[in-house]
Amino acid sequence: MFHPITTVHYLVLSAALLLIGTIGVLARRNIVIILMSIELILNAVNINLIAFSRHLENLGGQIFAIFVITVAVAEAAVGLGILIALFRNKETVLADEVDLLKW
Amino acid sequence: MIDTLFFYAFAFLTLVGAILTVTRRSAVHSAMALIVSLTGVAGLYLLQKAEFLFAVQIVLYVGGIMVLFLFVIMLVNLDEAARQRQFNKQWWLALACVAGVGGLVSYFIRQGSEAFRLPPPPRAAPILEGNTERLADVLFSEYLLPFEVASVLLLVAIVGSVVMAKKRI
Repeated sequence: MFHPITTVHYLVLSAALLLIGTIGVLARRNIVIILMSIELILNAVNINLIAFSRHLENLGGQIFAIFVITVAVAEAAVGLGILIALFRNKETVLADEVDLLKW
Repeated sequence: MIDTLFFYAFAFLTLVGAILTVTRRSAVHSAMALIVSLTGVAGLYLLQKAEFLFAVQIVLYVGGIMVLFLFVIMLVNLDEAARQRQFNKQWWLALACVAGVGGLVSYFIRQGSEAFRLPPPPRAAPILEGNTERLADVLFSEYLLPFEVASVLLLVAIVGSVVMAKKRI
């Protein structure tokens, strides 16, 4: 139980978080929760980057994590804007009811 | 020893919050669970001596993005969606993908430490201290161009979200 924590522990945690987020993106119908699952996936990536930044003692990983957070903020803002526009026009927030482009 | 305890505590918060986020029916409950999960991730940053990212995670994610999510949950009527089926018809495909990748990961975990031979840290490098200061040094010298490109990205996101939320598009 009380082994010292290594980089591998962080990598396994990050993989688990990534898989949970993937289930959320692929299987949920509510678009709000799909966007939240994307945030989970990006956080898993950040844990990985920071674990390697610590392991290699290189600050590049933390810089990259800052850029990932920037992209996550932009994605959340635009995604929620699209969601509001969608709800105004189609009265739904379920991803599989939006099938205008589906043949 | 104390690091180990904190790691398991924060990992527990992160994973339980994430599982609740993807399984709850109500979107508000999901958002609350996501806040717990993001706070756990912030604690993990602190354990990794990334103090600046710890502060950014709390201020930006918990204080910014989650408030944005809760605002949108208020603006959009989710009662109808909460009464319906929560998982789409491809849920078995999602489970199959995740089981495949999870099986691969657990196979490597069962291999023991031999499978994870990471390159050893360079001894000559200085230790990570004064995190915010050193991060700023690197960000504004070596990574100046990506920093400016990120500001353009944020401008595009602002304009895009305003246009998307306009009354008539």
